[in-house]
Order: sequence, then structure tokens, then C-alpha cells
Amino acid sequence: MPLLYTRYELLRTLRNRRFFLLSLGFPLVLYFVIVSPNRHVQNFDGSGISFPLYYMVGLASFGTMSAMLSCGARIAAERAVGWNRQLRITPLRPRAYFRVKVLTGYMMALISLLALYAAGTSLGVRLTADEWLKMTGLILVGLVPFAALGVLLGHMLTPDSIGPAMGGGISLLALLGGVWFPIGGHGFLHDLAQFIPSYWLAQASHVALGGHSWPAKAWIVTVAWTVVLGALAARAYRRDTGRV
Amino acid sequence: MRGIDLSIAAGETVALLGPNGAGKSTTIDMILGLLEPDAGTVSVFGRSPGEAVAQGAVGAMLQTGALIKDLSVRELVSMIASLYPRPMDVEEVLELTGVSEIAGRRTNKLSGGQTQRVRSAVALVSNPELLVLDEPTAALDVEGRQAFWTTMREFAARGKTIVFATHYLEEADAYADRAVLMAHGAIVADGPTTEIRAMVGTRTIRATLPALDVEELMTLPGVNSAERRGEAVVMHCADSDVAIRALLVAHPDARDIEINAAGLEQAFLALTGDGAGEGKRPPGTAAAIGQRG
Repeated sequence: MPLLYTRYELLRTLRNRRFFLLSLGFPLVLYFVIVSPNRHVQNFDGSGISFPLYYMVGLASFGTMSAMLSCGARIAAERAVGWNRQLRITPLRPRAYFRVKVLTGYMMALISLLALYAAGTSLGVRLTADEWLKMTGLILVGLVPFAALGVLLGHMLTPDSIGPAMGGGISLLALLGGVWFPIGGHGFLHDLAQFIPSYWLAQASHVALGGHSWPAKAWIVTVAWTVVLGALAARAYRRDTGRV
Repeated sequence: MRGIDLSIAAGETVALLGPNGAGKSTTIDMILGLLEPDAGTVSVFGRSPGEAVAQGAVGAMLQTGALIKDLSVRELVSMIASLYPRPMDVEEVLELTGVSEIAGRRTNKLSGGQTQRVRSAVALVSNPELLVLDEPTAALDVEGRQAFWTTMREFAARGKTIVFATHYLEEADAYADRAVLMAHGAIVADGPTTEIRAMVGTRTIRATLPALDVEELMTLPGVNSAERRGEAVVMHCADSDVAIRALLVAHPDARDIEINAAGLEQAFLALTGDGAGEGKRPPGTAAAIGQRG
């Protein structure tokens, strides 16, 4: 990992105001608006999970998904100004390039996650240290397919089209993931959501119920999406060598 | 590309000269490994372009491209420097390219000329053995151009190889040891810049001279060829100064005399129109850079 390069890449990302709006400001404000009036609901919609915890993880999913996908927006912007070609004629290998991009995505996701944890705690979320750790671990794993999706979109779209695509994509994934309201225990939406990685991301809140919060199919869905999106992203990168 | 065969020795400064669409950028992309030739090979210091790039032996300033945002000029140059095994000192590069005063400024707050200078700093900081410049002065004013080439001369003096694309004959003439003329994806001429200038830097004399055999004009000193266009004759001259004196002595009745420098585009058209490089080479590309001899 090229250390100095990574440092500057992180610095650049931290200086980007748009990130703070979409991945941090928006979910935080929404959290307080939705949860404040219902902060004492302990068993939300029969799920066994408290209202503040449910939306803390739900909106953390939204914020972290945005953070990972905004890594794609940065790739698209760099491609548009020809920076991508400039980097290709440096000794920086494609693998290292993507590793750094994904790492910066994760750093942004962590900031967003910690901010929502703080907000959740302020509205009464209480978990054991073990549960906090397990939940964080599941969210970080659940974000892997979104890292691949970000890279893929970054190489397919232009800076003009990636904004709407990301906005629409995140909203849909958030809806199907049960970020806005619980999906419920059966029915078409429930069956469909099982195959969507954002659903399992939001399901990380189930650590509070004890036992296995992620069934085997959660892992299978996450790995499958990662493999497919990763392969598509690699293909998009290879095809994208021309002058833009 | 229609098949080019080009070999550049280490330490040479070579200009790829040609009008838009001649294939200069495509050639450069192949040297840099951004494009694979459909047929043939490209080698840089005896390696594939990809290997040479991976080892940090190549630096380039591409024709199009802006800078990424959210970094200062110094930070951006340092960021690129960190990727190379033997980079130049960042402060030295900032000084050399004349951007020291704006080193603390964000890259998105620069003028066009400043951006271009920072781009040259990005290319130079890699301290490459081969520096490739694709129309590097296109966005610069006259002053900026001079400053740019002064910098490049200093760099070339360190024994580096420089390949640059341009459509200015003067630029090739002033800064390259050798010029490679390209048109329609092929090389139409290749040689020392003095030779190339003699080839394309010809002038034409046009005069109204009815009832004179053009064969007679061709015998005048300094005249390469002559043709009749109605009442007028047009002479293509290797040395128009000598030719005009001889013309006025031999044919004092010549009138409406015009002397014009042949434009580069025109010269290229003449060269390609004559069939030079037309189907003479097999399709495919062979480019070797950094070979002695």
C-alpha cells in the first residue's frame, strides 16, 4: 500500500464537502427527526428491537452505503478530467489504486457510522461491548459489495449521470433494505429483500436479539454480490483505457 | 495507424510533428502502454511499455487532462512523487516549473497557464528516463511557451530522452534534435530538424509571366519545381532569395510577384499526396525507444 499516496487520498476525501452532506449530515438529521418522538418504543413493529436502535442501524446503512458509493463518484470525476490516464502511467498498480479507493470509502463509512452510534446512544440505545463490536463487524462486511458497486459505477458513468444514479440506487436499496420501515416477516417484499445486500446491512441491528444475527444466507448473498460486482468492476476498469 | 517504424535512441529529443489527426497522440498512447498496437511491437528501454511504466522509467504530460481537486499544488506533486522510486525533489520541481509561488494554492483555483505548468511539474517530478509530452504548449501563451521549453532543455541536459508531439514546425525546429513527420497515421519523413525544415520549410514564388516555358524556370537557381496556372507560374523554391534575384534578372517582365511560406499542413499534404508512406509499409507498428545506434 503506497502510504503517502493513501494519506493524500484520505486528505482529499475529508476536504470534500459533498460527502459530509450526503453521508453524514442527511442521515443524522433524519435520525433525530424520526426517532426523537418515538424514542421510548422498545419493541418496534414486533421486531423485538427498540425504535432508536432500529433506525440507528437503518440510517447508518444509508450513510455508509452513500460513503462507499461516493468512492465511485470520485472515480468518475477523476476519469472525466483525465486523471485516471495520468495515474495509469505511474508505477501505481490498479490493485493498489482500488485498495486505496476502497479504504477511503471505508474511512468515510466509519465516520458516518460512529456519528450515528453517538446519535443513537444519545437517544437511549444501549448495547453490550460485545454487541457493538459484532454489529460493527457485520456492517463492515455488509459494505463490501457496495465498495465493488462504487468502483463499477465510477467506471461506467460520467460525473453528470452518477449523481442521479447514486441517489436513485441508494434510495431503492435503502427501501428494499428496510431502512425507512421494517420489511415484515413474510410477503413478496420480504422474499425479495432476502437477496438484497442492503437488507442484511440493516439487519445488523439484530445482534441485540442475541444468537446468530446473520443467517447463512446473509453471508451467501453478500459474497455472491461481491463476486459478481467485483468481476463487473474489473471488466469495466479494463475496458476503460481510452481517452474520455 | 497505418504502420509506423520508429526507433529513438536514449538521450535524444524527438518531435512528432504533424497536423491534427496525424496519429501523434495515438503513437504516444502506444509508447505509454495506454493503447496496444493491433499488430507489431512497442518497446521502451528494451521492455514493454507497461513494465517501463511500472518501474517508473516513464513520465508523461498527456494532451488532455485537468488536475484533481481538494489538494494544493505542492500536495498534488508530492502525491505523484511518492509513487516513483527515484523522484525529483518536490521543491526543486516546483521551482523548475515556476509554480513555487502558487504551491499552497488549491488545484481548482488555478488559471489555464498555471494548470499547464503544474501538469508539467507532475510529469517531471517522476524524474523519468523518458519524458513524453503530447502538445504540451497548446494552452500556453508565448511567454509561457518559452519558459516551458527552457525547463525542458534543462531536463534534457541531464541526459534524458524527450519525445514530444507538436503541430508547430518552429517548436520542433527550436527544441528537437530530430523530427518525425506524421500524416494520416504514417510517418512521411524522419530526420534531423534541419533536413525536415528544408523539406517542408520551402517557399513558393508566384508571378504573372505569360508565354514562357515552365521548363525554363526550373533551371533557375534555388527553384525545385515550377508549374503553370493560366497566366501565372508557381515556383517551389529551396531558396527563394536566390530564386527571386535570378528570376528578375532572367525575366524582368515578371509582375504581380508573391512569395509565400508553405504552411506545415500544406507541406504535409504535398508529402502525402506524392505517395510517401502510402502503402509502402506493412500494417503494424514497431517502435523502439532507448536503443543505442
